Amino acid sequence: MKKLENTIKFFLMMIALSSLSALFLITFFIFMEGLPILFKQGVFAFITGLKWAPTKGSFGIFPMIVGSFQVMFGAIVFSVPLALLCAIYLAEFSSPLARNIIKPSIELLAGIPSVVYGFIGIQVIVPIIRIAFDCSGFSVLGCSIVLGIMVLPTITSISFDSIMAVPVTYRQGSIALGATKWQTVKMVVLPAARTGIIAAIILGMGRAIGETMAVIMIAGNSLIIPVSPLDPVRTLTSNIALEMGYASGEHRQALFATGVILFVIIMGLNSLANYVASAMSRSK
Amino acid sequence: MISPQREQFWAEMVLKLAAFFSLFILGFILFYITWKGVSSISLSFLLENPSDMGRSGGIFAPIVSTFMLAFLSILISTPMGVGTSIFLTEYTNESRITRIIRFGADCLSGIPSIIFGLFGFVLFVIKLNLGWCILSGALTMSFMILPTIIRTSEEAIKSVPFDLREASYSLGASKWQTITKVVLPEAIPGIVTGVILGIGRCIGETAVVIFTAGAALNTPTSIFDSARTMAVHFYIIAREGISTQKAYATAFVLVVLVLSINFCTYFLMHKYISKKK
Repeated sequence: MKKLENTIKFFLMMIALSSLSALFLITFFIFMEGLPILFKQGVFAFITGLKWAPTKGSFGIFPMIVGSFQVMFGAIVFSVPLALLCAIYLAEFSSPLARNIIKPSIELLAGIPSVVYGFIGIQVIVPIIRIAFDCSGFSVLGCSIVLGIMVLPTITSISFDSIMAVPVTYRQGSIALGATKWQTVKMVVLPAARTGIIAAIILGMGRAIGETMAVIMIAGNSLIIPVSPLDPVRTLTSNIALEMGYASGEHRQALFATGVILFVIIMGLNSLANYVASAMSRSK
Repeated sequence: MISPQREQFWAEMVLKLAAFFSLFILGFILFYITWKGVSSISLSFLLENPSDMGRSGGIFAPIVSTFMLAFLSILISTPMGVGTSIFLTEYTNESRITRIIRFGADCLSGIPSIIFGLFGFVLFVIKLNLGWCILSGALTMSFMILPTIIRTSEEAIKSVPFDLREASYSLGASKWQTITKVVLPEAIPGIVTGVILGIGRCIGETAVVIFTAGAALNTPTSIFDSARTMAVHFYIIAREGISTQKAYATAFVLVVLVLSINFCTYFLMHKYISKKK
């Protein structure tokens, strides 16, 4: 009996470790395929190179890094104000009925496949930009709007949780001093929930920079450094997805190297969010 | 200088407006897809195979591929995810190994799908020489949905009251008997919620599938066939401008499917929580 129990425990531990190994396998294979070209070209030259002409052997992904960050910040500009207002409303002002309708609805946005967002981007947002600003419409701006909607649920629900985690005694103390509800939210609740909200925004940034299919459809994908929000853009993710289908040899390795850079950026953002969140729980 | 009461009034208005604007975004997306797509939906659209690259015909083969892929992914990742969460909750205290495994799962859930796609392509399609097929796709997808399943099962198992375990032990049951006969039956609704969420992600995923399962239009007959899921089919006909009308119809089916899955999990979770109270 004892022996059986130990076997089961061992077996479960193996399963748990194999789940962990998923992360190692992914890291290992992405780096194994991507590192040779990174070392051959030099990491610095690869990151700062301006020219991407894979058939001629020149691999520089600087325009795409710039593009990815532009699109990411654009998405944050659109989604953070809306997400924060929603989270504050849901946590502090809404009736239970309104909360039970609005919160799941916002979370439903996360379930809609990214290709569908991309398609709506092409059909609705790109034409609007084209008419309003007299350009092609496939642009940083279009990507930012669509990505902003896509990361809305992430930022809203994590901010909501961190606002809800502020102890109710803080609010009572502020109300007892004669503050209005809004003053309480502004001066007591939000500062207390600050770190959680920052973590939510960083996680949203990670989501936005990793998104692929919607971006490919709206970005225009041309190989330039966008200077205006109306310029077309190619991101790291769309570079991989666009060319993987026909790439071989060094070209394919360069796409994996693009993946390595993306992987490093995202891991950095996620660890930062993790660090901020754990700093919060330590301070409590 | 505006009075605090006034400020309170306006702040509440703006907050309300923001909340309703997000509702409006969801409403608009659903309405737009339904409006453009529902007229092309018929039984023959669901039951016919695409012909002429998707210009005419239906989406029968993509539907079959989608379900085969989702089912196989779940079949692989559920035992792994539930096993991991049992180990984390029942067999370890908050030790270093628990923290490392949990950290791993957190990292995994932050990795974007394109990286999973690249990984699946090198390991399963090239190195293990499986080629583009449903099996490669499902193996990669199961890695991707693993964190979701681990986390929801962990929450579900943790929420089983400790009294139940103690009662079981006092009757002389072993640990494993307690887990299988007492803990898991109580935690099943929570675990199922995680599994359904995983199915939803499989159905909506594109980048992973296109790199690992390919895009063949035939109805797959085995897990070693290349296949095109609904999301990939939709991506191809929408991006290459093959047929806007068919694209809308496919988007409609896709959205209805994903939303019904989300509704299911929401109600399941709700019922589960109210039962607990």
